[in-house]
Amino acid sequence: MSALHIKKGATRHSAYNLRPTFSDVQERHTIAVLVENEPGVLARVIGLFSGRGYNIESLTVAEVDHTGHLSRITIVTTGTPQVIEQIKAQLGRIVTVHDVHDLTVEGPSVERELAIIKVVGEGDKRVEALRLADIFRANVVDSTLNSFIFEITGAPDKIDAFADLMRPLGLVEVARTGVAALLRGD
Amino acid sequence: MTREMTGAKMVVQALKDQGVDTVFGYPGGAVLPIYDEIFLQNDIRHILVRHEQGAVHAAEGYARSTGKPGVALVTSGPGATNAVTGLTDALLDSIPIVVLTGQVPTFMIGSDAFQEADTVGITRPCTKHNWLVKDTDSLAETMHEAFHVATSGRPGPVLIDIPKDVQFASGEYTSPKPSTSHYQPVMKGDLEEITELVAAMETAKKPVFYTGGGVINSGPAASQLLRELVDSTGFPITSTLMGLGAYPASGENWLGMLGMHGLYEANLAMHDCDLMINIGARFDDRITGRIDAFSPNSKKAHIDIDPSSINKVIRVDIPIVGDVAHVLEDILKVWKARGRKTDAAAVSKWQAQISDWRKVNCLAYTNSEKTIKPQYALQRLEELTKNHDRYITTEVGQHQMWAAQYLGFEDPNRWMTSGGLGTMGYGTPASIGVQMAHPDALVINVAGEASWLMNMQEMGTAVQYRLPVKQFILNNERLGMVRQWQELLHGERYSHSWSEALPDFVKLAEAFGAKGILCSDPADLDDAIMEMINYDGPVIFDCLVEKHENCFPMIPSGKAHNEMLLGEAETQGVIDSKGSVLV
Repeated sequence: MSALHIKKGATRHSAYNLRPTFSDVQERHTIAVLVENEPGVLARVIGLFSGRGYNIESLTVAEVDHTGHLSRITIVTTGTPQVIEQIKAQLGRIVTVHDVHDLTVEGPSVERELAIIKVVGEGDKRVEALRLADIFRANVVDSTLNSFIFEITGAPDKIDAFADLMRPLGLVEVARTGVAALLRGD
Repeated sequence: MTREMTGAKMVVQALKDQGVDTVFGYPGGAVLPIYDEIFLQNDIRHILVRHEQGAVHAAEGYARSTGKPGVALVTSGPGATNAVTGLTDALLDSIPIVVLTGQVPTFMIGSDAFQEADTVGITRPCTKHNWLVKDTDSLAETMHEAFHVATSGRPGPVLIDIPKDVQFASGEYTSPKPSTSHYQPVMKGDLEEITELVAAMETAKKPVFYTGGGVINSGPAASQLLRELVDSTGFPITSTLMGLGAYPASGENWLGMLGMHGLYEANLAMHDCDLMINIGARFDDRITGRIDAFSPNSKKAHIDIDPSSINKVIRVDIPIVGDVAHVLEDILKVWKARGRKTDAAAVSKWQAQISDWRKVNCLAYTNSEKTIKPQYALQRLEELTKNHDRYITTEVGQHQMWAAQYLGFEDPNRWMTSGGLGTMGYGTPASIGVQMAHPDALVINVAGEASWLMNMQEMGTAVQYRLPVKQFILNNERLGMVRQWQELLHGERYSHSWSEALPDFVKLAEAFGAKGILCSDPADLDDAIMEMINYDGPVIFDCLVEKHENCFPMIPSGKAHNEMLLGEAETQGVIDSKGSVLV
């Protein structure tokens, strides 16, 4: 692979960050896409994934720069290295996409997700739910005599773990925001 | 400079400022204000097609034969949906076209209004980019940006959807200025990679250039530089269907087209080479055949302006992202600076090997004195038209492959065919677009009767505008390529691959006000072709050919380049069940 001068950082301006491709190993990557905040831009990105058969595990989008009209889309996807490279190149050629960053390659990065989780129960289960929430630093944002809604923030794994623990204690509903991610350092 | 004007006037003004001289279109309720403005001026010629698909293909033909963007103007709803096939065709073949669609007024969007369709939604996956313009003030800028996007980087189709109230309202018109948008594709290739390629060229023993439509899209300079590079290195060169003409067919290093119906010597050179230099092609499945057996022992370089083309299908060793002309210029510069080295002894041995393959004479066929063989018809067409200022369009199928095999192209922009999408019905409207751009040239649409019927209504356009397009129909009363596959893959069960009710093409021509010529005897063919050429007006040439001729050579689905079939004798049981799933 040395001939390819593997560089870190996938951007629309570089096709040379080609890691070993054509392997069958499925990799999970977090990709940050900076786009012009104009009508239809999310449809372009989602249409690319559905049209070409790529996976979306999680997707978040919001405007991050009001004056520059830029939105940031964070996508967690899985695929072989070849597919991941294609995803980035295909994203990069959408006219309204300004920049594509593969945080998994460029990393290390910080990933956070927020979830609110409703747990219905009484007696010991209710006490246990509250105790576990404390350990996970989840906040109670709503309470009735037989239910809680917890708010928890963290890496997706942590939220998975918390939700798993809540299941036998009366978990009835989960809402998750999807992953927001940034590279560490400057 | 800004000026106040209506949106409709802005559209026409922007087209003028972008240097557009011809628009192919069809009016309707949602574009009437624009048609009103077209009525009031004389700078832009409007060609009334008979179907919106025809408008888009005509714009494609115009674009491919001139290198300038083609423009089509259609109404909302069905006008826009009829344009979808043309847009997709242009997307797959990277043809710069700008399609303007009318839309219901902004305040009615979403109400399922009469002739309303979600045009930007429908065309999002089949355009390079599209816009819905919601206020007149941003219309001029969007128009200029659309031309920039369509023609920059890898060219492609763009669409602007313009609601009727935006056409009526007034706003500020801004003249075109150099694009300031962030969309500025990289033109220059990485010098480090270019140097690596040159080093590989210096030591290659069995090199081959594999060129594609990207050379033609890059402009005439790219073809010139390619010719210089090929002639000074002496490396053999083959091309995809889309790239024919970039290097002259009469050139001494020319191998002919490669791929599924490519030439024996071209495909074997690709399979056995040790250095493959892909210039502006994209390793399409018609080219590669079986991927894991594709050119197993070669180092591969790939020059492409679109980073997503690189490593999409075939893993390459030397990726170069950039415009073909810019990169070729740098390759030549570096190669000359390093002393113009090649391994001449090895390359001439390689050329000798290729000459041996050439002796197989893969395009040989059994001629007949009774019936016209389609190959013979094209050989005669080539012979009798090659010295003319000639442009060829085609439909899709066997005739298209035979045309690519038996016609020779000396220059770029002379060959218009639907490669990526394989759109039957492309050729007739495309020939009209080409003839509009080149009024004095000989424009021939090589067609099959089935494809030709798909957009035959455009004969009306040809007659109305006195466009002397020649419709050269190889009529075998079959869907020839479908029939061939059914013979080879589906146990000779010819399911719905023939037509029992074909029109009388001579009468049809007369009904349109064109000339009809029927030819069924090989002895009459030359005279009939001359009659077609010499007639000053549109002609439908009904050439009745052998009905069961198959197109060879052929690389069957699921096979490698070195497993190609050369003729009928080799076709028994060649495609296994795995191959038959492939198209």
